[in-house]
Amino acid sequence: MRFSEQFESRFAEMLTHYPTKRSVLVPTLLYAQDESGSLSDEVIKEIAGRLELTELEVRNVISYYSMLTTHPRGKYNVQVCTNIACLLRGADELFEHCEKKFGVKHKGTTADGLFSLEEVECIGACSWAPAVQVNYDFHENLTTEKLDNVLDEYRRK
Amino acid sequence: MAELVSHPDEVRVVSRRFGQGATNLDRYLELDGYKAVQKALTMQPDAIVNEVKNSGLRGRGGAGFNTGMKWSFVPKQSAKPKYVLCNGDESEPGTCKDRLIFEHDPHAVIEGTVIAGLAVGSHTGYIYIRGEYRYLLEIMQKAIADAYARGFLGKNIFGSGYDFDVYWHGGAGAYEVGEESALMESLEGKRGIPRIRPPFPAVVGLWGGPTVINNAETLASIPHILLGGADWYANLGPPKNGGTRLFCLSGHLKRPGVYELPMGYNLKKMIYDVGGGIPGGRKLKAVVPGGSSTPLMTPDEIDVPMDFDSMMKAGSMLGSGGVVVLDDTTCMVKFALRIMKFYQHESCGWCIPCREGTDWLKKTLIRFHSGGGLKKDIDNILYLSQNMLGRTFCPLGDAAAMPTISIVKKFRQEFEDHLEGQPCAFEKESKIEQLPVLA
Repeated sequence: MRFSEQFESRFAEMLTHYPTKRSVLVPTLLYAQDESGSLSDEVIKEIAGRLELTELEVRNVISYYSMLTTHPRGKYNVQVCTNIACLLRGADELFEHCEKKFGVKHKGTTADGLFSLEEVECIGACSWAPAVQVNYDFHENLTTEKLDNVLDEYRRK
Repeated sequence: MAELVSHPDEVRVVSRRFGQGATNLDRYLELDGYKAVQKALTMQPDAIVNEVKNSGLRGRGGAGFNTGMKWSFVPKQSAKPKYVLCNGDESEPGTCKDRLIFEHDPHAVIEGTVIAGLAVGSHTGYIYIRGEYRYLLEIMQKAIADAYARGFLGKNIFGSGYDFDVYWHGGAGAYEVGEESALMESLEGKRGIPRIRPPFPAVVGLWGGPTVINNAETLASIPHILLGGADWYANLGPPKNGGTRLFCLSGHLKRPGVYELPMGYNLKKMIYDVGGGIPGGRKLKAVVPGGSSTPLMTPDEIDVPMDFDSMMKAGSMLGSGGVVVLDDTTCMVKFALRIMKFYQHESCGWCIPCREGTDWLKKTLIRFHSGGGLKKDIDNILYLSQNMLGRTFCPLGDAAAMPTISIVKKFRQEFEDHLEGQPCAFEKESKIEQLPVLA
């Protein structure tokens, strides 16, 4: 199991931040997932070993956090917020538009592996609703047309 | 990058450096940055605590507890290290203010964290930022590194002989972690399950050490209080509600956005004047005054000052500053359902009233909204909600129950209108899959 140099240096630095090794677990899992796409058995084993935890303890934490996943997602994870502020400004339409466009439901991935769709809870973009997060990038004040343009740009990348 | 807005009634304290390039350390220093912490280094810890206490600053996360008072609960002597923990897990629906602070003024949060540390005799601070805010975590990582490089953090800060370390920490998606005890669990690398209190974190917190936990906006307010003085800050708002607040206006408004207004600003004025009122000539139906967990208010209830005490008296809460405005095209049953769906998703499952209550309420509301509601469900929703109140380790159960109770009580007729298989009057066809009718 190999992670990038950046991952390793950050991991080593983080271990110096806390009195216990275990404290680095949550951010480390997310950084590991960013590099390997999902938290596979191999990744879990590796991190559990490094932090002197059982694999079960690591899985127990993974299942709690909504951003962590053991299943691979598409290259671009399209997260449509449908919580109250976005709901009032057309989030349902955006989500349905994505469902049709991608031909997948919540947590589904397109056949080419490019896009995943996820209905998510409040992402902190209430005053700029409706909003969508693609991986870590925010896209706000959206309409279906604007969202199409945003997604086309990702497709072209 | 989130858009910035402005209004003549704004009083800029926390947002003073927004849009001024203050993520750059030199620019921050030009804008009076790190002056407050140097002042604090010359003060006795008790004097800092008293200054903050007298400023009337109350927790901006939503609970509204006097910040100086909270600090004063930390024991002077402790065998275990003391900690300061900045809560940047902003996830209360309707709230998007900490995001702007991290984006535009990260050093203010660091400075506030150090001052809190000086006040309680701690040498270590953590700044926890939710996982979705990756770009803000990166801004914070750079800000912390820059401050270390200048000797503002680490050993012997500002040549004072006092050591103080600040570390960043990223989350991975969990509303519940915004609750202080769950936040500590998460930082310790565990599931974000709340701890029973007492003991309170001020006595037994991170790794068993006394811990001060403050919201990012609270900590970002601290340097301004130390520089401007407690009296100045206290006088910005009504008695016992010092200062200003970042109000996040969203929903059916002409000019949504995050505005910094004095505490006690009139809610009606906030909606119609600052937020520009309701677009399209439609009418106001309800307001969520302080994030999704606060009881909703009807148009005849909104002529109130937005401070902690007045809002409590008005039967709601000031909460986290998330003002969500609903116009008359909104189906209140659907709105109640969306709120419950959120809490059901976020309930950690530790306390049974919350775990079971949110699940049953969600199922009932789904069925109700799709036309399968029974008359007795209406009272059942109230009964279930009321039995969640105060029966859980953390306030998530209350947060789910309070808006639900207010919606059923204030908009009961809309629930009646959904009965006997009648489709939702606000939608051509109900889009939510119908569950079997449970007798």
